Amino acid sequence: MFKKSRLIGEFFMQGDIACAEGAIAAGCRFFGGYPITPASEIAERMALRLPLLQGVFIQYEDEIASIAGILGASWAGAKSMTATSGPGISLMTENIGLGMMMEAPCVVVNVQRGGPSTGLPTSWGQSDMMQARWGSHGDYGSISLVPNSPQEFFDLTVTAFNFSEKYRLPVFLMADALVGHMTEKVVIPPVEELEIINRKYTTKKPEDYLPYDYGKDLIPDFAKAGDGYRYHTTGLTHDKRGYPDMSFECQNELVPRLVNKIKNHIDDISLTEEYDIEGADVIVISYGITSRTILPALTMAKKKGIKIGYLRLKTVWPFPEEKIRKLSEKVAGFVVPEMNLGQISLEVERCAHNDSIVKLVPHPGGGIHKFEDVLHAIEEVAHGK
Amino acid sequence: MSELRVKISGFGGQGIILSSFIIGKAASIYDRQHSSMTQAYGPAARGGACSSQVVISSDNVEYPLVDTADVLIAMSQEGYDTFLPILKKGGILLYDTDLVEKLQSHKDFIAKGIPATRLAEELGKKIVANIVMLGFATKQAKIVSPEAMQEAIADSVPSKFIDLNMKAFQAGFDYNEEQ
Repeated sequence: MFKKSRLIGEFFMQGDIACAEGAIAAGCRFFGGYPITPASEIAERMALRLPLLQGVFIQYEDEIASIAGILGASWAGAKSMTATSGPGISLMTENIGLGMMMEAPCVVVNVQRGGPSTGLPTSWGQSDMMQARWGSHGDYGSISLVPNSPQEFFDLTVTAFNFSEKYRLPVFLMADALVGHMTEKVVIPPVEELEIINRKYTTKKPEDYLPYDYGKDLIPDFAKAGDGYRYHTTGLTHDKRGYPDMSFECQNELVPRLVNKIKNHIDDISLTEEYDIEGADVIVISYGITSRTILPALTMAKKKGIKIGYLRLKTVWPFPEEKIRKLSEKVAGFVVPEMNLGQISLEVERCAHNDSIVKLVPHPGGGIHKFEDVLHAIEEVAHGK
Repeated sequence: MSELRVKISGFGGQGIILSSFIIGKAASIYDRQHSSMTQAYGPAARGGACSSQVVISSDNVEYPLVDTADVLIAMSQEGYDTFLPILKKGGILLYDTDLVEKLQSHKDFIAKGIPATRLAEELGKKIVANIVMLGFATKQAKIVSPEAMQEAIADSVPSKFIDLNMKAFQAGFDYNEEQ
């Protein structure tokens, strides 16, 4: 069934499967995971595909081992991925922090369901957005991409691998059960038409190489395992050699760098789509599946004569602070429908100009927003309430 | 932009999800339309209530859910009772006459019945009842072209069962209510 190394062409494909195919297209050859609804189809597809591509699929005993496994595979030079849902992310969170500290490229997929705890296994939510940003302890920069269709799940999986390799960190793909289990046409282009970024290896001689030395971009170069380079890494605060160093000076050089290597590249990482922003009175900000399920409400608002703009975030983290700040100077306010009880709306509030109104349209997950609720919020903001 | 919203309901195990997958594939791959298919099921699947839905559009499908249906396919009494209220005025109801026996007033829409499960049993396999229904839907509701539907079915079932499924499609396509 899968003789070819990659599928090319048009397929009527489920979101989760498109994610697995995106990973394969990006060069992922190691998957470690533990099954959970609604992400299991990603693991099933990888189990079917990776052995034929000389890759490795391991179903581990749990999610803690899964994330440890993909960090190890990444360190050995493989592009690696795991896929789970909120409960699994909670278990992985400690080692995601280790990945941030080691600067290990990998992709962590969260097909979000309703939470907290085991919540709604077969239904959807968007309530893990803050967990993706702040889940593990300590300060670090992070990247989260949010697809709204099977095609975009494919595309953004490729992008997630590119960002992880370029900026050296675990990158989150924050899908949800509706996108994961939705089936639509997915076009998979030939590999030469895809932009694939691979990690940078040092050009220095082994005697000159330091594993955590960095240049202007703040990103250290890798050395290939087995090429004779001395390599050390640790979750402890470490110097450029990768050796533990508990001094304030070392902490003050390392941790701001982990934050700034993302912050300084926000223009490259931040992916957004804008519609009718020029001259808008109200801007609706949304991401993931919500960006599709609320569209009828936007049409209703337009029919009522409200000048409405629309900003869709494909990258939620790093948050587009500057963009929101600038937009807020021109509009009456923002409406933020999301399938949680207020997470990204807090970010919009933080970044928006003092005079602008920010209105959350909450939803606990397990259904979709009522159009009237979204419309009502838009009308209130348009009328300055 | 023309849009058709189809809801399919029945039990887990009847091929309810496969049916909407085949419709969506026929539309988007073989009829060159756009389509979006979604599904709903509980933590325990087989035998429980199950529904799936597909939106077919000449343009990108923006809103993927089916809150009001142009076509409702009912393969169980429970599915009929649950989803009849979302069928649009003037919409088309297609139902299995042996599985949906308690019928309400159908004056607001077009209702067409077929003993899909019985016809499938006559072909030797009850499991192709969903394909009989797809044949019926292709003819009666014109959801996709017959060619596209046949190609999508052939593409989506195990190769040794293609003949059986094609017969099932034809049985549904040719079925005449007055028979």
